[in-house]
Amino acid sequence: MSILRKKGRNGERIETQWSIAMRRFRKDKMAMTGIAVFLFILIVALIQTTVDPTGWKTLSTDFYQSPSWHHPFGTSDTGLDLFSACLKGALQDLIVALIVSSMSMVIGTAVGAIAGYFGGLLDATLMRFVDLLLVVPLLTILIVMSNLFQNASNSPLLIALLIGFLSWTYISRLVRAEFLALRERPFVEASIALGASSWRVITRHLIPNAIGTIMVNTTLTVSGAILLESTLSYLGLGIVPPAVSLGMLVQEGQGAATTSPWQFLFPAGLLLTIVLCVFAIGDGMQTAFDPRNARRKK
Amino acid sequence: MLKYILRRLASSLLVLWVATIGVFLMVAFSGDPLFTLKMNPTTPPKTILIREHQLFLDRPLPWRYWHWFDGLLHGNLGLDMSNVPVRPQLFEHMSVTLRMVVLAFFLAVVIAVSLGVLAALRRGGIIDRGITFATFFFLATPVFVTGLFLKFYVAIPLDKYFGHQVLSTSGAVSPYASGSFIHRLPDYFAHMTLPTITLILATFSSWTIYQRSSILETMNLDHVMLARSKGIKPRRVLMRHILRNALIPVTTVLALDFAGLLGGAVITETVYSWNGLGRWFLQGANNQDLNITLAYLLFTATLVILFNLLADIAYGILDPRIRYR
Repeated sequence: MSILRKKGRNGERIETQWSIAMRRFRKDKMAMTGIAVFLFILIVALIQTTVDPTGWKTLSTDFYQSPSWHHPFGTSDTGLDLFSACLKGALQDLIVALIVSSMSMVIGTAVGAIAGYFGGLLDATLMRFVDLLLVVPLLTILIVMSNLFQNASNSPLLIALLIGFLSWTYISRLVRAEFLALRERPFVEASIALGASSWRVITRHLIPNAIGTIMVNTTLTVSGAILLESTLSYLGLGIVPPAVSLGMLVQEGQGAATTSPWQFLFPAGLLLTIVLCVFAIGDGMQTAFDPRNARRKK
Repeated sequence: MLKYILRRLASSLLVLWVATIGVFLMVAFSGDPLFTLKMNPTTPPKTILIREHQLFLDRPLPWRYWHWFDGLLHGNLGLDMSNVPVRPQLFEHMSVTLRMVVLAFFLAVVIAVSLGVLAALRRGGIIDRGITFATFFFLATPVFVTGLFLKFYVAIPLDKYFGHQVLSTSGAVSPYASGSFIHRLPDYFAHMTLPTITLILATFSSWTIYQRSSILETMNLDHVMLARSKGIKPRRVLMRHILRNALIPVTTVLALDFAGLLGGAVITETVYSWNGLGRWFLQGANNQDLNITLAYLLFTATLVILFNLLADIAYGILDPRIRYR
């Protein structure tokens, strides 16, 4: 992709915003730790679910077992191996987050780009619509809308689509703001003068320049999506059985939090670790793309 | 200034009116209130027809909206599914929720502003790093995990240690509480402490981060440098020249996040079994009770719009340039 790496006329590498940011990103200890832990969890989860594909829904006769070699996270009061269940739940949460963040990225960038580039009435209409979506808290909208598929069998996909359709507003505002500033720059005027179409200006010149904002906020959307989805699942309104998610496991384990704490601590801890990793990655990207405006100043 | 306020007020009212339409459409399309009744094979078809007529489900959508909106203008929020008026229920639960939310909001603002200032002044030091880590940690923790953790690993051991209930883990007041307000104060305290702390921990993080970077940005501006070089005491520079300017962007964030605080209250009330608006709304939404859901959504929308309006006005006071745009 031309956004990611550009070769010069003689094959030498040309520094792009992306390559400079990535070099800076690789030096960020916190972000690299985040990526390492995140990948570790992901790989263990993938191995566990391939080695033992039904472990997360198989009930054994080992009730209330505290953590051991055989059951690293212990078992629940129904004899569920929590190690398999937590990892399957984590994987499920990540799939949801991936769908949500891709949708937010695409819709948010498209709406923000159109509003910011064309301006005028189109911009006003789109942004008033975004304002309207922000009037009621997202969690509240999701609680109301979750009624639509209370008995659906494929709850993870439906919940992901629903969150995805509602959480692009933030990215769209930021992309719009970026485009408003970018479109006044001389290189945009130059390419229009050379006969470039609006489509070409947006995809070839403006989006590559706004890639930092888009990537950083897509990463932040991942953590937001995990938090929203697990909260809904905790309330029993998001991912519902037969699927499994970390929020659901916390909800099931909370009653045993004082008698067999592993039932609550492992799903909650795993959820917290994953979100922390994504935060660290997102924050590292923010610092890498925009060192002047970083949240964590050096 | 008055003209500015009136202009903002008019546009807020317009947004609120559009929001009533949006909220109504969303609730109307979010499910069938008679779902459970229809799923039951023993329900006579006539019952369904009568219920549909009672709930106006047999009328066209615009008529239903107008009926609800007209009631709203007269302060009537309609009846719930068991034919109990919604308005008294709303006010009853509101007093419970606001007790928690308002206190948590003010405490969280104070904590966030002080921690943000502290972290910015000690930038790069151990205090700054500690605060930054804490904010990240709590930003990543779901509200229900914080709540459950405090409930099971703080309140219950504490109560066991003292042998009687120091911190309550369920309900907004104890059912046996009696006597005057002063007598019930310890009881209120026991019940409110944990939910309020939970809400504070869920909200202060992003504000702290924001306050910190806002201070850092303001600290390097020319007018601060001038104030310092004139020999004004550091404390006065901080209060008059840095903080006043740094608070401007923070007020907007505070107002916008008030919506999130209400969302957090839904979870906190569930964890601590408070019979507040959040749980009332959750039950209403689960039963597809149209008027309860609508009343709650309208309440949050009104608060969010009101807070945005207040932020705009505060903005106008803090930064006079904005008024003339």
